[in-house]
Amino acid sequence: MPIFFEKRQLVTPGDLIAEGDYIAGENTYKENNRIYAARIGLVEYEDKKISVVALRAFYIPKVGDTVIGTVVEVGFGGWVVDINAPYQAVLRASEVLNRPFKPQRNDLTEVLDVGDLIVAKIISYDRTQNPQLGVSEPGMGKITRGQIMRITPTKIPRVIGKKGSMISIIKQETGCQIVLGQNGVILITGKTLEDEELAMMAINKIEQESHISGLTDRITQMIKREKAKRGGVSNEPKN
Amino acid sequence: MSQKTETLIDKNGLRIDGRRPDELRPIKVEVGVLSNADGSAYIEQGKNKILAAVYGPKELHPKHLALPDRMVLRCRYHMAPFSVQERKSPAPSRREIELSKVVREALEPAIFMEYYPRTAIDVFIEVLQADGGTRCASITVASLALADAGIPMRDLVAACSAGKVDDTIVLDLMDTEDKVGSADLPVAYMPNLGVVTLLQMDGILTLEEFEKAVNLAIDGCKRIYAMQKEALRAKYVSIKESEE
Repeated sequence: MPIFFEKRQLVTPGDLIAEGDYIAGENTYKENNRIYAARIGLVEYEDKKISVVALRAFYIPKVGDTVIGTVVEVGFGGWVVDINAPYQAVLRASEVLNRPFKPQRNDLTEVLDVGDLIVAKIISYDRTQNPQLGVSEPGMGKITRGQIMRITPTKIPRVIGKKGSMISIIKQETGCQIVLGQNGVILITGKTLEDEELAMMAINKIEQESHISGLTDRITQMIKREKAKRGGVSNEPKN
Repeated sequence: MSQKTETLIDKNGLRIDGRRPDELRPIKVEVGVLSNADGSAYIEQGKNKILAAVYGPKELHPKHLALPDRMVLRCRYHMAPFSVQERKSPAPSRREIELSKVVREALEPAIFMEYYPRTAIDVFIEVLQADGGTRCASITVASLALADAGIPMRDLVAACSAGKVDDTIVLDLMDTEDKVGSADLPVAYMPNLGVVTLLQMDGILTLEEFEKAVNLAIDGCKRIYAMQKEALRAKYVSIKESEE
């Protein structure tokens, strides 16, 4: 039962990764007892399960994911939201208003209009139906301030880091609130524009260099260096 | 043709552009050349210059065209007005519409179409300069653009033609050889799986010649496949090296 690639080695679609009694994980497929890669990415394996961490992929909705989307259409009973996925999401009016509503009395554009950005959770989705959003949790709903940036959705786990190590460093060092949408959209709200820009710089660096090891250290160094260059950012440690 | 080329293969056994019968034209491939598309690639194969861009998967409009159990692949093969000697009308010709279908059907077996039902993928292939064998080069470059867009695929598709010129079986025909020669046989192939996704023939070959030509074309596909993989890796390896 040979494996033809080492861990974290680059594979392209069609590469034969392993032969024998293995389980095909993410971005791989099994045919005639052979595991092949289905996307460009880095090989990972755990026991019998072989998967590929994709370097390029698009977002596929999953129930429970937090996403950031743009309202693209106001309908009679709700909104259509672009969540950067192959499928457009629906947000029902009753979900937002928390009470029964009558289309003839309530004007939905007063609550959310085309172009508004929202933080939401995916509450239902399967192959036959478009994803449905909910905004019941605290911190969800319309976004009123902050910076929005987009990265490849596959890189979101890298921005979070092991047990949230990466994201907590960025939050701590820049003093920004960061909401990560699983769909690759990130909301950053800080006290000043400089803080927000610093956080964006760090996240951009993560996206570009996520497949090279020692990332957390380089990010910490980069933020420290940038801070020193600017002569201290507004949220210097209070000692 | 104003003057008929007397011999397409000289006494040394070399072709009009100096290649041996089993030699490919020089190929240059690059991945991720367009930043506005989800995936893109560019190929230069001899004098051919072809650009491919991929968008999607995305929701399909009008909705009645969407399939409930799988996605829809849409291909547009288009030749730029300046791609040939005499200006080509930019409107899609009968030939281009047919080639769009041929390219689509050569790519479809490579994609996991059933993963994302009700969606569509758009593939745009723009021939900037043509010199024979553009359908093969288009398939090669389009499959790279699909992989670059992160679309799950069984394998990359490599394509190459073989044919008969002056009673010799040759690989990767150029324009003159295609027009003057006696047969042209384009093949698209998924080397890791050993699956042929396109096989066409224009001209007359005996059974033995046909077999020889198919094997030669598949051999050419394998060589092109190695270059495809190299190009795909190059995009990520270069970032890695600049860091170290």
